[in-house]
Amino acid sequence: MARITAGVGCSHVPAIGVAMDTGITDQPYWQPVFKGFEKSREWIKEKNPDVIFLVYNDHCTVFDASCIPTFALGCAAEFAPADEGWGPRPVPVVKNHQKMASHIAQSLILDEFDITIMNEMEVDHGLTVPLSVMYGDKTPEDEWPALVIPLCVNVVQYPAPTGNRCYNLGKAIRRAVESFDEDLNVVIFGTGGMSHQLQYKRAGLINQEWDTAFLDRLTSDPVGLSQMPHVEYLREAGSEGVEMVMWHVMRGALDDDVTEVHRHYHVPASNTAVGHIILENKAS
Amino acid sequence: MAIKKDYEDIPGTFVFDADRGREGYHLNQFCISLRLQKNRDAFNADEEGYLDAYPMTPEQRDAVLKREWNRLLELGGNIYYTSKLAANDGINFQDLAGIMTGMGREAYRDMMLNGGRSPEGNRYQSEWDEKETD
Repeated sequence: MARITAGVGCSHVPAIGVAMDTGITDQPYWQPVFKGFEKSREWIKEKNPDVIFLVYNDHCTVFDASCIPTFALGCAAEFAPADEGWGPRPVPVVKNHQKMASHIAQSLILDEFDITIMNEMEVDHGLTVPLSVMYGDKTPEDEWPALVIPLCVNVVQYPAPTGNRCYNLGKAIRRAVESFDEDLNVVIFGTGGMSHQLQYKRAGLINQEWDTAFLDRLTSDPVGLSQMPHVEYLREAGSEGVEMVMWHVMRGALDDDVTEVHRHYHVPASNTAVGHIILENKAS
Repeated sequence: MAIKKDYEDIPGTFVFDADRGREGYHLNQFCISLRLQKNRDAFNADEEGYLDAYPMTPEQRDAVLKREWNRLLELGGNIYYTSKLAANDGINFQDLAGIMTGMGREAYRDMMLNGGRSPEGNRYQSEWDEKETD
């Protein structure tokens, strides 16, 4: 059977993608951001997942205001990088494990998570930046080393799904993965955050203390952490910090007991605190 | 009974909720249209004519034409949408934040390099009101 062996939490700041795409990652501003992913790149090469289940949000790129699904599962054969207003990122097309994605869609709905099925979808930086930081530079002619099943979560129009809902969705994703009859090593990504506010007069808010506590509690108190109300994210981690609810999907899909094998935190990347963590199931 | 908005007392912040989404719908749909090059070309060739296709309020339309970035948010715009208009104008997220905060590009960038805006004194509107009356 397929099994989830590890989880990755990771910011998906668009400027990180721009820095990689324009070859300026060695500049003093960017060097510390990328330094923290060196170990991650070794780790994922070693781990070599067959499939990445990647939880992210679209930033008003593919989904406009006419249709706002809370959870949308990518079931297409592949997903092209989208033009977000400055041209598509020059990275490989993302290939799905389509049979597994459709199995997961069916399993989730019967498990009472009423997700939206996307049979055509482009993907924005929210999905491609985490792949880039973990796998390094790739050109459109390359292939990503793993197949990717995207789960797009609405965090743009309030309210995002609750942390509790996301955590329990993670558990349902795990049940779906484990009932798929193919021997596959699956790693789940929760992306977005950490503290940041992009808008209006309080833009630039960063809360390192809050971010650190969040990273700590992913291992020590994941259930308690998932109960945090939206207003705390908004007030303490900035209006766009509410993206962090997506990390609970990743955490819910792992064992109760996990080992933190890597952590990286840096301020700033553009307007944002960059946070990254790798958690492994103890049994795997 | 209405849903209580427990986030309205966060200073300098708009939470893009259902009410804002409703008010800003046509404005935001205009903004997202600019993600495609053919639409950027059409808008840049004739801003007024392009905007005629979007039934936004006169105030929203005026704020678009004048590039009043904070006003766009006050009138129901969302930052992920309005940033498409900014990108069309060659303004990235960080420089847009420099404008919206009134700090300017350099001062804002310096603040971020020094760890960003502290949450201390920036959690509640009452904290900002006190600062103004000092």
